[in-house]
Amino acid sequence: MPKVIKTKTEFEGRVLEEYVVVEGEGLSAWDAHVPLQFVGKKTTRVDGPERVTGKALYTFDVQLPGMLYGKILRSPHPHARIKSINTQRAEQLPGVRAVLSHQNTPKISFRRQTFLFDEVVRYVGDEVACVIADDEEIAQDALELIEVEYEILPFVLDPEEALQPWAPRLYPDGNLLGGQPELYQRGDIERGFAQADVIVERTFRTQCALHNCMEPHGSVALWEGDSLTVWDSTQHIFGVREGLARLLGLPLHRVRVIKKYMGGGFGSKNNLGKYTVIAALGAKMTGRPVKIVLDRHEENLATGNRPASVQHVKIGARRDGTLTALELKAIVTAGAYCLWPPSLGGPARELYACSNVKTEQYTVFTNTGPLSAFRAPGYVEGTFAVESLMDELAQELQMDPIELRLKNYTEIDQTTGRPYSTKGLREAYERGAKLFGWHEARTPPAALLSRRHAPKLRGVGMASQIWSGNGMPPAYALVKLNPDGTATVITGTQDIGTGTKTVLAQIAAEELGFPIEKIAIEIGDTQLGLYAPLSAGSMTVASVGPAVRVAAHEARQQLLDVAAQVLEVPRDSLTIADGLFRSPALQKPVAVHEVLKNLENFMIIGRGAREPNPEDVAVNTFGAQFAEVTVDVETGEVKVERIVAVHDSGRVINPLTLSSQIEGGIIQGLGYALYEQRVVDRNTGIVLNDNLENYKLPTALDIPEIVFEMIDRPDFRANNLGAKGVGEPPIIPTAAAIANAVANALGVRIYELPITREKILKALGKV
Amino acid sequence: MVTKAARPRKRKIVVRGPGKTSVTLIVNGETHEVLVEPRRTLLDALRKDLGLTGAKKACDEGTCGACTVLLEGKPIYACMALALECDGRTIETIEGLARDAKLHPIQEAFIEEDALQCGFCTPGQIMSVKALLDENPHPTLEDVKRAVSGNLCRCGAYPKIFKAALRAAELLRSRS
Repeated sequence: MPKVIKTKTEFEGRVLEEYVVVEGEGLSAWDAHVPLQFVGKKTTRVDGPERVTGKALYTFDVQLPGMLYGKILRSPHPHARIKSINTQRAEQLPGVRAVLSHQNTPKISFRRQTFLFDEVVRYVGDEVACVIADDEEIAQDALELIEVEYEILPFVLDPEEALQPWAPRLYPDGNLLGGQPELYQRGDIERGFAQADVIVERTFRTQCALHNCMEPHGSVALWEGDSLTVWDSTQHIFGVREGLARLLGLPLHRVRVIKKYMGGGFGSKNNLGKYTVIAALGAKMTGRPVKIVLDRHEENLATGNRPASVQHVKIGARRDGTLTALELKAIVTAGAYCLWPPSLGGPARELYACSNVKTEQYTVFTNTGPLSAFRAPGYVEGTFAVESLMDELAQELQMDPIELRLKNYTEIDQTTGRPYSTKGLREAYERGAKLFGWHEARTPPAALLSRRHAPKLRGVGMASQIWSGNGMPPAYALVKLNPDGTATVITGTQDIGTGTKTVLAQIAAEELGFPIEKIAIEIGDTQLGLYAPLSAGSMTVASVGPAVRVAAHEARQQLLDVAAQVLEVPRDSLTIADGLFRSPALQKPVAVHEVLKNLENFMIIGRGAREPNPEDVAVNTFGAQFAEVTVDVETGEVKVERIVAVHDSGRVINPLTLSSQIEGGIIQGLGYALYEQRVVDRNTGIVLNDNLENYKLPTALDIPEIVFEMIDRPDFRANNLGAKGVGEPPIIPTAAAIANAVANALGVRIYELPITREKILKALGKV
Repeated sequence: MVTKAARPRKRKIVVRGPGKTSVTLIVNGETHEVLVEPRRTLLDALRKDLGLTGAKKACDEGTCGACTVLLEGKPIYACMALALECDGRTIETIEGLARDAKLHPIQEAFIEEDALQCGFCTPGQIMSVKALLDENPHPTLEDVKRAVSGNLCRCGAYPKIFKAALRAAELLRSRS
């Protein structure tokens, strides 16, 4: 019988409490010493052939018969009221089927702060109207024929300015999200600083970074009678279904959201987008399927970003390195709309043992593109600030940075008082330091000045990582066994490029005792799949994987029940491996399909649900990264020579796809540290580099040597796999480690990301 | 498009467009005649008119490489060429690599080394590697890096793309 319980879950720095229905018996994680056939083994992607042959069909590739294309007209002004829209000329262009705007669509509230088509636009790129036409070229031509009269409103781009009483307001109740800062306090911060022998205090600035997923955001909408099917490049098919149903007034069973392959998301595809709703409305109006895919410029204006931040950080410590107080005040640029502010104070609250901590976050509306989650939102920014300042403190105390960190090591989650289920950070420091050659490579700060004349300066730095990645219920799966001895795993998760399908196939193969080629994974369809959470927060495997394992386990039990009767052997004597039944009572192994084929089309269906999270421990992921850089003192160019990373995310299920995630996270972190930055013209609010020419992503020529190891120890309390997430952890400490290495090289610190040549030359007194 | 080989003695000026005009594209060995607007790019002609969606449109302005195909054996960004410019010329796309349901060694190597994550840039990466290996069967790591330096990968599969390219070179050498 289903049992309703309350469970606490940490998601991206915030604790959620929710009701969860638990069913059936939980499985315990495989013992560490039990040999496993698939789990923990390097496994190439089960959908590799589709992806390397161009056959994988992404949302961007969907072409339906009679399909029309939509193009969105976007605001050229950072803040304006639409006085009038004249769409007549656009509508008369041959091939144009409809023009949607606030004049002819229902007033649909969007993200509580705006409407699908609002009469006020709040950033350059905000949606104004949409043309639906026979082809993209025609739609593009028609956009130029729409006449919009704007009443220009005063605008504000800078978050610190936006907090001033005289600043133009985006909303009647002001520019501060929630009307007050988000405050966290433990202990007595003033007393903590009073107890300190040493206080370090700095202001850090981080830039606005753009996701630039290779596949742009987009949707294809098709109506069949009263039923809507939407192909969407999304990290959350069930979230998109819920949103579409709510906004369009449809029952859930009439909305089907499909996402088979997806070209990256990194957090920017967590939520329903306006283009999806517009495509659905456009398809309804025209009676034809409608495809809206954004172009690269729209992608960089309107689909989210890692917001810029200003962080004032202050740390107090005793002479021996013990932290007495830690304070962080962050100002975060929300942009025009905000669903889920990142939590920049997370690392300050959680990384170290400290009884007096205060974090304060101001999330501020500005007339710029809206923020969204971006791979470890808040923690990448917060870790840069805290771990940079910890290095300054170490220098101040003349301590080794690792020694200072170990001095303040904690086995207890400082925010809840719960012990960590497992914590491999100490080992990560030790193994990382050894792999890197930390103690040999580190140059004492005193030696720095004499190296100033070298054409290139070399430096090393390190930083720590904490993140959730524990996964959460609810998540469900079915495993059905086909008469030929193959199995189909059905769930409603999505593989956003991380390798989810492969990992789920490994888990099912392990539990069933079937060869992995006999497993098919069906995901990414709300109508046929079962609920699974969004693929974000490094929680897909830890949420969905356990459900798949339970479903496979249940299917296996049924299979054994049936086989014992068909083969007329004691059930307890039967085992399944490699798709074969074995038993001392059998003369030779019998293939699964040999048993099932006698039963006509009898189908075994195993059902699984994700178990609740433990209440008495904190489940987190940890890691440490080390960077070596060289800095050209003539040009200011920073070259990252190598990164060493050691992470603890519990049991490793697929070392191959995991290594891709680790490398990818580090490379994104490197781009964030050195190159990436959205530039907004302060006079017009226009994004100057909304393209891949001028927004600099790391290329093949920028890649350092990357060495990494996993602690790879199952977390038996986390879930029945013992595995935790790994998508976000590797990006978290990279920028901080690089910044610390640059500071070590230069002898002066740069407090602002990205660390560009200009900033280096300024720091060296050359410009 | 006037190429050296095609330059006629008596110069005939042909005006095409506005409106759709006929273009012959020789794609993966097959000859296709399509009607396209003169402004249609090779990428859109491949994707929309021929249904070959392997080449991806990620920027449509020559800055990412996801649409890389081979034109007369040379890698180009298909979004930067007009279909008209490719009239009568041979084009190789990702769809042409696997033969008789057997993957090309570069494709095998990409799977073995896990040289992809989301896979959206992968067809372009593979075509750039193909162009390199067609020209240079013994590439160094530096050669590989240069060959794919015009192909962005936001997932950061680069280290594995390098490995896959070198592995593919080895595979090709051992099989030839």
